[in-house]
Amino acid sequence: MKSFAEITSTLLPLDRSNVDTDAIIPQQYLKSVKRTGFGVNLFDNWRYQDPGLLGQDHSQRRLHEDFVLNQEKHQDAKILLARENFGCGSSREHAVWSILDYGFEVVIAPSFADIFCSNCYKNGLLPITLNDGDVDYLFEQVKADASYQCYVNLDSQIVKDENDKSFSFQIDEFRKYCLLNGYDEIDLTLQHESKIKEYEEKLKLTSPWLFAAN
Amino acid sequence: MQNKTLYDKVWQNHVVHERDDGMSLIYIDRHLVHEVTSPQAFEGLRLAKRDLWRKDSILATVDHNIPTTDRSAGIDDVISKTQVDTLDQNCKDYSLTQFSMLDARQGIVHVIGPEQGASLPGMTIVCGDSHTSTHGALGALAFGIGTSEVEHVLATQCLLMKKSKNMLVKINGQCQSGVTAKDIVLAIIGKLGTAGANGHTIEFAGSAIRALSVEGRMTVCNMSIEAGGRAGMIAVDDATIEYIAGRPFSPKNEHWELAVKQWRMLNSDEGAHFDSEIDINADELQPQVTWGTSPEMVADVNGSVPDNVSDDQRRALQYMDLQPGTSISDIKVDKVFIGSCTNSRIEDLREAANIIQDRKLASNIKLAMVVPGSGLIKQQAEQEGLDIVFKAAGFEWREPGCSMCLGMNADQLEPGERCASTSNRNFEGRQGKGGRTHLVSPVMAAAAAVHGHFVDVRRYL
Ligand code: SF4
Repeated sequence: MKSFAEITSTLLPLDRSNVDTDAIIPQQYLKSVKRTGFGVNLFDNWRYQDPGLLGQDHSQRRLHEDFVLNQEKHQDAKILLARENFGCGSSREHAVWSILDYGFEVVIAPSFADIFCSNCYKNGLLPITLNDGDVDYLFEQVKADASYQCYVNLDSQIVKDENDKSFSFQIDEFRKYCLLNGYDEIDLTLQHESKIKEYEEKLKLTSPWLFAAN
Repeated sequence: MQNKTLYDKVWQNHVVHERDDGMSLIYIDRHLVHEVTSPQAFEGLRLAKRDLWRKDSILATVDHNIPTTDRSAGIDDVISKTQVDTLDQNCKDYSLTQFSMLDARQGIVHVIGPEQGASLPGMTIVCGDSHTSTHGALGALAFGIGTSEVEHVLATQCLLMKKSKNMLVKINGQCQSGVTAKDIVLAIIGKLGTAGANGHTIEFAGSAIRALSVEGRMTVCNMSIEAGGRAGMIAVDDATIEYIAGRPFSPKNEHWELAVKQWRMLNSDEGAHFDSEIDINADELQPQVTWGTSPEMVADVNGSVPDNVSDDQRRALQYMDLQPGTSISDIKVDKVFIGSCTNSRIEDLREAANIIQDRKLASNIKLAMVVPGSGLIKQQAEQEGLDIVFKAAGFEWREPGCSMCLGMNADQLEPGERCASTSNRNFEGRQGKGGRTHLVSPVMAAAAAVHGHFVDVRRYL
């Protein structure tokens, strides 16, 4: 997995709540059997006027010029700033893949949907939860000046802006450790191989029907 | 011993290892697999040269991409076909149990799990799909996972996670005739909001839940995720055990006796602690219709779209092309979809057919379709003559799959079209770019098909 340590970047303000995974990446792109190439279809229905298909040349499609992702001034942002319950809806990890593939490394919001959040951690995308007031502040700053930047440091769990205002955020120790080191969770789990086997043997005795041939 | 909730019990039974910070390794009993969220997981497994941990825990099927029209000639859409073929190939390579497109047992993954007896009480059940919460209706801990987690379960039979909080949603009283499981869950979401149960496992309880059939309970648990709850659960009772008995994958003989004994304990202890609790009175519930682009934007059929709207609601109404204050019964629909893992089981079809019987589609309905949840449900419905009832009214009778619930196949709304749909999500573009979705129960969808706009189905009953 990709590791994450720190970043300094401008922010892209997506001022809507309950942004669902269907909006992040619409259904037709889920037909891909790959993990890559979704960035061009991030927020596809909001970004383009005409409908798109997997594998087509998207550079020819008509843009919704006023959609924030299409605005020149936010082109380099690596931090996506969003509202509450970001990533609700389906479990499609394609949502996280498309955000990463587009070039974001951090999403800041007042809250995230559970499955989306766990998908972030598995891919090295850092979801940061700040309170409503702090998120409001960040929106105000970015809207006033698109070149406004923040510094994010995972180890010290801090977001700091160019006015030296800083916000600390919470993250599970284990998640942090995996992200900082880019660890593969499967490897970590397989360190407990004998425990899993032991559990399974016990289960065969107590609930044998779970293992009866289908 | 501390009093435990149903969720506490099932969780505790599956902890393989717990770290000091609470991060736990949880054993997974059943892994359901479909074509959309699995190819990258199998690919990851191959790249890392890892083997599958436990093949007999897996049941696979195709549902999202497949056509609902004649399938004998295969799939026209090359990209969809690739995804379906990839699952077929993976199942072949790893010798997994799969119901492929032409198998009568094929269907929507959340319909076939319980139907086959592959989803059982007390199990941990996962699938790369958020509506895995459906299976919680049987007293299982069932939740959706992402593709990396699919790979993790394939490789280790476990997941790394923290225990969530407990929420109790109690629906007391009794629903009036014509008010269904779908209306209960839409009302719950309306009350909780789409993020109301984030970080929680919901237990649904109360007399109105007890009175539901197991299929109705699945409808309720199915939409837990629409309130933000990754899992929804319902305690085991006689109805649960009766439902499971005799299904192909259910325990047999002496295993059955042993299993039932354990399942009987799958309920919350008296006085168990819930982190939050809400009560709903079923007596007062009316049929529900969503008017916006989030399932929480819902109203009584005799009510109207709100007058005073927030920014999000205004944006939703714009997308839906509705004015604030519009009466729900004034909303005309173009298409009707009866199907999805929420409402495509035999009882749903029976109830809808009952409304349609000897009636015709309203003239403004461009298309009305019924998509059974599985091949076996389709067969059953045909034996009962339900297909005849639907077809006589002007409905199309299709092959099983996800279909217009998300429009990955050809079944989609055109931009601007408005649909009465028994599915679970009314997000922008969910049923096709620019399409407008109103979520309703099967009987409400049937009544809308007959009238061409929403009507209170209770007037038929
Ligand atoms: S029917 Fe709809 S919600 Fe259910 S699994 Fe299929 S696409 Fe998902």
